[in-house]
Amino acid sequence: MNGDSSTEYTVIMDAAAMKATIYSMALAIAADNPELDSLVLLGILSRGKPLADRLADQIGQVAGYRPPVGVLSTTMYRDDLRSGTGGEVVGRIGETHFDFSIDNRTVLLVDDVLAAGRTIRAAMDEVMDYGRPRRIQLACLIDRGGRELPIQADYLGYALGTDAYEWVFVRLMESDGEDVVLVKHAQDAPVSEGDE
Amino acid sequence: MEAMAPAVWVKKDLIGIRDLSRGEIEMILDTAPQFLAVSKRASGIKKVPLLQGRLVVNWFHEPSTRTRTSFELAAKRLSADTLSIAASSSSSVKGETLHDTLANIEAMRADIIVLRHGCAGAPHILAAAHASHIINAGDGRHEHPTQALLDVFTMRETLRRQRGNPELGLDGLKVAIIGDIEHSRVARSNIHALTKLGASITLCAPATLLPRGVERLGVAQTTRLCEALADADVIYALRMQLERQSRGLLPSIREYVKLFRVDRDSLRYAPDHAIVMHPGPINRDLELSTEVADGTRSVILQQVTNGVAVRMAIMHLLANSGGARRARESQAS
Repeated sequence: MNGDSSTEYTVIMDAAAMKATIYSMALAIAADNPELDSLVLLGILSRGKPLADRLADQIGQVAGYRPPVGVLSTTMYRDDLRSGTGGEVVGRIGETHFDFSIDNRTVLLVDDVLAAGRTIRAAMDEVMDYGRPRRIQLACLIDRGGRELPIQADYLGYALGTDAYEWVFVRLMESDGEDVVLVKHAQDAPVSEGDE
Repeated sequence: MEAMAPAVWVKKDLIGIRDLSRGEIEMILDTAPQFLAVSKRASGIKKVPLLQGRLVVNWFHEPSTRTRTSFELAAKRLSADTLSIAASSSSSVKGETLHDTLANIEAMRADIIVLRHGCAGAPHILAAAHASHIINAGDGRHEHPTQALLDVFTMRETLRRQRGNPELGLDGLKVAIIGDIEHSRVARSNIHALTKLGASITLCAPATLLPRGVERLGVAQTTRLCEALADADVIYALRMQLERQSRGLLPSIREYVKLFRVDRDSLRYAPDHAIVMHPGPINRDLELSTEVADGTRSVILQQVTNGVAVRMAIMHLLANSGGARRARESQAS
């Protein structure tokens, strides 16, 4: 991102707001899951992973138990590769990795931006191939609207409304060197969902 | 500086290692571990939907158990439908040409054709004339690219584990390939793959089984086993192709065993860390002793496990790549 074009961006969440948002999401997750030892978090690549780590840290602080965190790639379950319409990312398949069982546990999927919902559909199908969770929940930092599937977040940081022509950038310390959520109005721009 | 690996796969077919760039070989090797993880899932659901609804046809004109089974499993683990055609039961015995047979298979909407054929160049000719993705599963004495890719993948994984570095490539790795090199498409493909990846190769065989002109490929050769093994990181024993020994290139099998067999005695010349590989099927106690084939240095069964994952990666790259599709469309227009 160039500094000279930064005037076009609007900050909708700064570092302090992000910290507070993650804290309140962690409170809600802990309240909903009294049997915390049956809760596991799966962060969806790439920015879902650091967010899941932060949520787990916060849950550990407020409830005294830090749930385990794994990584979900979803690439092998994407519907646009399957139909042969995608392909630009084809050389790079992220690594799904977790070393705990998900059978009979609550799996909390964590992602930065919820838009079409297709990534979450892919994530749910992938999770089901790794076992039989008792339930699957979803936590997202930003809901930017534009849903194409009947999927909603159980824990949401911030709902952006449904302007389909807005670009949303979630930048995290771990991957981008700063904690901030930016939006950009670009009338002719295609819909963007996080990393995709 | 090494050229950056391309971000997108663009080839329609996999015909030979000779046609691949180092970047393309590395893209296949880098894609395979995720498919290996699919095969090892604790849930037992060893399947992903990447080729759901697609049809993979195994078309084998020569006998094969391992390669055909491996391709079939790879296709099934990508959720493709599979069909096997053996030449002995197909219309080729009635005189139908390869082109006509493939046109008929394609009329039934096949997406990937896995072809093994006794004639070198058969997959190349079909790939140029037909729209489906052709994978060469061995053509005459020419190439067996998927075998070489699973071999170099196994070498790389083993090397990375031995040295505790998950980023290591094969640069500087020393590989001794021993046995019937003259008749071996496996050796040919491995020589291309290893050379492109920066490994150094020593071929070892009786002079009659060393192909002429092989030094042009940039490899060393010797007729003394102890010399080949002296600094080898990888010892690759080839299958003695007994069915192709009618021309009297070997004075006697007993002499070969005495001078070239990889066994406990000859392994004394090799470094302790050297691993033993073989493409299968093994002629037990001919090119490789049972003791070594089943011993701790042997990674032969890992080759088989890795073969499924590497073939999954190849089918995924060929059939799901937007780059390959666009290249095809621009060729057609």
